[in-house]
Amino acid sequence: MKRLAILMSTAIIGLSAAVTPCFAEKIVMTGSTTVLPIAQKTAEVFMDENPGMDISVRGGGSSVGITALIDGTCDIADSSRPIKEVEIQKADANGRDPVAHIVALDGIAVVINKSNPISKLSKKQVKDIFIGKISDWSQLGGTPGKIVVVSRDTSSGTFEAFGELVMEKEKVIPAALMQASNQAVAQIVSQTPQAIGYVGLGFMSSDLKAVEIDGVMPSKDTVLSGKYSVTRPLFMYSNGKPQGAVKEYLDFVKSKKGQELVETQGYVGLK
Amino acid sequence: MSYSRIKEKIYKWIFTILAFSSLFFLVGIVIVLFKEGIPIFKEVGFLKFMLGRKWYPTHTPPEFGVMPLILGSIWVTIGASLVCIPLGVGSALYLNEIATFRQRQFLKPVIELLASIPSVVYGFFGLVVVTPFLQKLFNLPTGLTALNASLILGVMATPTVCSISEDALSYVPRSFREASFAVGANRWQTLTQVVIPAAGSGISTGIILGMSRAIGETMTVLMVAGGAAVIPHTFLEPVRPMTSAIAAEMGEAPMGGSHYHALFAIALILFLITFLFNIIAEVISRRFRVKLGLSG
Repeated sequence: MKRLAILMSTAIIGLSAAVTPCFAEKIVMTGSTTVLPIAQKTAEVFMDENPGMDISVRGGGSSVGITALIDGTCDIADSSRPIKEVEIQKADANGRDPVAHIVALDGIAVVINKSNPISKLSKKQVKDIFIGKISDWSQLGGTPGKIVVVSRDTSSGTFEAFGELVMEKEKVIPAALMQASNQAVAQIVSQTPQAIGYVGLGFMSSDLKAVEIDGVMPSKDTVLSGKYSVTRPLFMYSNGKPQGAVKEYLDFVKSKKGQELVETQGYVGLK
Repeated sequence: MSYSRIKEKIYKWIFTILAFSSLFFLVGIVIVLFKEGIPIFKEVGFLKFMLGRKWYPTHTPPEFGVMPLILGSIWVTIGASLVCIPLGVGSALYLNEIATFRQRQFLKPVIELLASIPSVVYGFFGLVVVTPFLQKLFNLPTGLTALNASLILGVMATPTVCSISEDALSYVPRSFREASFAVGANRWQTLTQVVIPAAGSGISTGIILGMSRAIGETMTVLMVAGGAAVIPHTFLEPVRPMTSAIAAEMGEAPMGGSHYHALFAIALILFLITFLFNIIAEVISRRFRVKLGLSG
């Protein structure tokens, strides 16, 4: 009986130690996988500079982040798309108030296999390829062969941005290979000679060939100047006006130094 | 009450709770699946949802037709069975009937090791090795096809089929074989007319559990099936099985929206299919044990 008592009291002491608040200020951040590299890098540097801060960063997807913000399980939600009407209603019902902060710009590059001789397409041609009107490379003056359309999943932020900027609300052909991540699209396009896909500028690599859209090559300069039209903002959402640690962190991300970090991750800074 | 009596009681309760926790989880999952899945049937209509041929969940207006996804799952599962049945049952027969003791000692763990490879590794292998190979072999525009997914799922399901079949074969009492040899049957006749029929339901159980493994597998199909929500006509076309649709889309589906409910409804369909598979397997294996005079 005595042993049991000792065991129980140890357990109680252990439990109370676990619930004692620690002194570090904690920020929980979750959401879009597109914004994830930015969130990780900035959080890392911010924590180095402010030893009292503890930021935990998770992915999951834009909707996961916004849902967590609505439920109050995170402080900052990363999102590659603006918040939706249904989500605002849910937030209202929960007494939460998501506030948007644009933290970076991202260009979406249309990519093809390196062996493909095509180098320029018009926005209209890209759209026709993705809706299935153009189905063979010979129709575009390329080497004859069926075009393999590779797209992001219909619910990803990248797909949504591409849909709005290029597809003008039309449907991607059902035969398109729908992929769950930017990396998957890059992988497939790099090993499939007849493929075409699109990835965020941060995921461009030497294994892929970006095409000029309406005569403009996607790059940091053309995205920032607005010349490259397939460009979208990336967001972090806070609950209400940011305060305390959350404010400090968001200010850091938007600062010159934070934006330089954004650039190191392959995205386009705001300044 | 003495100390040891109390101790005994506490342990009893702890293990009772542990045993019943599985039931608790199962019921919890089923309740959530129904609760979150049913709204889409009300919104779209059951038949339109099940038989719809177009899956455009985020388009305005959205279209929720899960037929291509269900067929995608069925195609890869059938394909996987064509691979895992001969491989699994064949290996089991070899292990049980032909292999020497030492070969068995070596082969059995190797086959079971196949089951311990993480599915993302299978998927990666499929993406990097099998995909370009199929692309060249059949001169396809893309190697990400139902065939690719079937091959890999088939290999993944092989250990399940093999080890259950092997168990079933080893349960066939010696007296069955001896009786067969005694009436003058040779080894082949004994195998095909006595041993396999006797172990048949055990082997079927293995096959069904293997299929259930294949239909529920997510990561691999997400990586190698291509992900196109089309109704497949041949194994050389890309498909989008139910599991990969859920995995790929759930993270970005606004909570409480139609798309969210539609994904839960797909999960519900998937759950009911695997549930059915498992019940069939259980019924068959019970019959098998009764037939061989093992405990019912």
